[in-house]
Amino acid sequence: MKTLKKLIMISLFLSLFSVANSASVEKKPDDYMPALNDVTDLKSLQRGARNFFNYCAGCHSLKYVRYNQMAKDIGISEEELNSYLIFTDSAPQDVISVNMLEEDGNRWFGKAPPDLSMITRVNSNTHIYNFLRSFYPEKGSPTGTNNRVKDGTSMPNVLSVLQDEMNKKEFDSFVLDIVNFLDYAGEPIKAKRKSLGIWVMCFLFVFLIFSFALYKDIWKEVK
Amino acid sequence: MSSDKQQEVYFSNPILKWVDERFPLSKVLREHATEYYASKNFNIWYIFGVLSTVTLVLMLLTGLFLTMNYKPSAAEAFNSIEYIMRSVEYGWLIRYMHSTGASFFFIVLYLHMFRGMLYGSYKQPRELIWLIGMMLYFCLMAEAFLGYILPWGNMSYWAAQVIVNLFGLIPYIGDTLVEWIRGDYYISDITLNRFFALHVIAMPLAILGLVFVHIVALHHIGSNNPDGIEIKNHKDEQGKPIDGVAFHPFHTSKDLVGIIIFLMLYFGAVFFAPEMGGLFLEVDNFEPADPLKTPEHIVPSWYFTPYYAILRSIPEPLLGAIALVSAVLCFVFLPWLDRCKVKSIRYRGWQFKLALSIFVISFVSLGYLGLQPSSGIYLILARLFTVLYFSFFLLMPLYTRLEKTKPVPDRVVYKK
Repeated sequence: MKTLKKLIMISLFLSLFSVANSASVEKKPDDYMPALNDVTDLKSLQRGARNFFNYCAGCHSLKYVRYNQMAKDIGISEEELNSYLIFTDSAPQDVISVNMLEEDGNRWFGKAPPDLSMITRVNSNTHIYNFLRSFYPEKGSPTGTNNRVKDGTSMPNVLSVLQDEMNKKEFDSFVLDIVNFLDYAGEPIKAKRKSLGIWVMCFLFVFLIFSFALYKDIWKEVK
Repeated sequence: MSSDKQQEVYFSNPILKWVDERFPLSKVLREHATEYYASKNFNIWYIFGVLSTVTLVLMLLTGLFLTMNYKPSAAEAFNSIEYIMRSVEYGWLIRYMHSTGASFFFIVLYLHMFRGMLYGSYKQPRELIWLIGMMLYFCLMAEAFLGYILPWGNMSYWAAQVIVNLFGLIPYIGDTLVEWIRGDYYISDITLNRFFALHVIAMPLAILGLVFVHIVALHHIGSNNPDGIEIKNHKDEQGKPIDGVAFHPFHTSKDLVGIIIFLMLYFGAVFFAPEMGGLFLEVDNFEPADPLKTPEHIVPSWYFTPYYAILRSIPEPLLGAIALVSAVLCFVFLPWLDRCKVKSIRYRGWQFKLALSIFVISFVSLGYLGLQPSSGIYLILARLFTVLYFSFFLLMPLYTRLEKTKPVPDRVVYKK
């Protein structure tokens, strides 16, 4: 009985936590690295926002994210937001959109640049991190570049200038800040969720101690 | 002790007394709480009935608040979920509690059913409780499926496509039936809208009604226990079962401990792993429904994957669908398939212990295989476990008859 019980519990746990097959088959270049970003790091999020609005936001929208909510969440003032991050005629309460029409995008790139609000939830942080680090020049391709993680991507290497200017470490951390910002944009409450979770767990733990004492007390008389 | 006398002393509060004269309040409390006796030797397997009630309440409450901001239309559904996640105060918490709750409901339910199999809770005189439970299980599966469509993510869309098309396999009426279910020629806004209605009104009402009947039937017969013997056979002078303790305060205080441990696991998932590595919230469902973009692997939620593996293990689609339905329906017949008189696995022969172990391994393995592509070794294993799954039920009348059981004790085993 004991072994049967154990076996069942173990197999149930395994079945619960074994990760479902990921859909995309991606290639792994030699310098493939996990994205160890941290959404509680506000400085990194601010740098990521700066990088995003300077290099990504021309083509990619964040249609579920509002400028002012984002500013509040990553700890910057509305003045800073207006002077450094809003490059369009959007108001602070607007969602982050692009002016490129979808038809134009389709015509220019073969496929319009996607909205990135949910990109870290569809593709993992690690995938995006490595994708942005894996561009290489290729003659004859429509954009002049190709990607070792996603072969034949229609995205040009927007960061090529930086890739040449920075050393590898600087560039990796530049990209990681973007990924961190996108991770935030995918689930703005991610940092809050975990910090609130710790309090909820503490509360339940204290509640558990008292309820256990109550149970022991009431069951004293049961023989 | 006359019941009139008890009624007098039950409430001292004048308002409650006033109510009690006009409504059987004390009677209900006595019959279902303070004088409902259940065995004192309940072990951990007996927590899951209470936990499924807790989960049901969590789902009803979070669901209520979700409907306040959710929009059941193909154009708006996906956006409205993101609106809940980002702009509604604590909307993310309500949404994660609901999505995580669905998975926890099935974890709890499967363990609750397994308890019934361990200790023969489906056997005479509790067959009807088991049957009502089975109806609850079917309603919950429908409820989970309908709810899974509502976020209108890409996996929602394609899962609906696969499941609804199963009805199309029925000869002659299939195509018409599928059209009738969808209300359209494809899975569309109309389908989403009616699934929403079924998810928030029809199914919850059915489930609540069935839970009520489930508990009424249980309290009429009395709960089983890990020894599978009737505590009503030994009563003291007052007619109280000697081995039973009152539901309240004894079992309620014990259950409270279990409920808090359950909540710790549940909120652990809600706060720290709401996606559970793509099992509770699937990656493809973070993309809006797209009829032109089929996900690489269409996989149902993890709690349906054992049946999905059975469906795919059979090459002929109609036979596969029949196997799927039979696999679910098999449980219904357990009270009559099991020919052994002894209820609890503690006193049953090795045949049942072995069969049940094989069944559990098959069920869990099929659950895993349902998440994998259906080819190569996975397909061979899925076929093997499908055969074992059905053998457990179909051969049951044979091997349970052969069982050499151990003597069943007269009184329940209780060690303090």
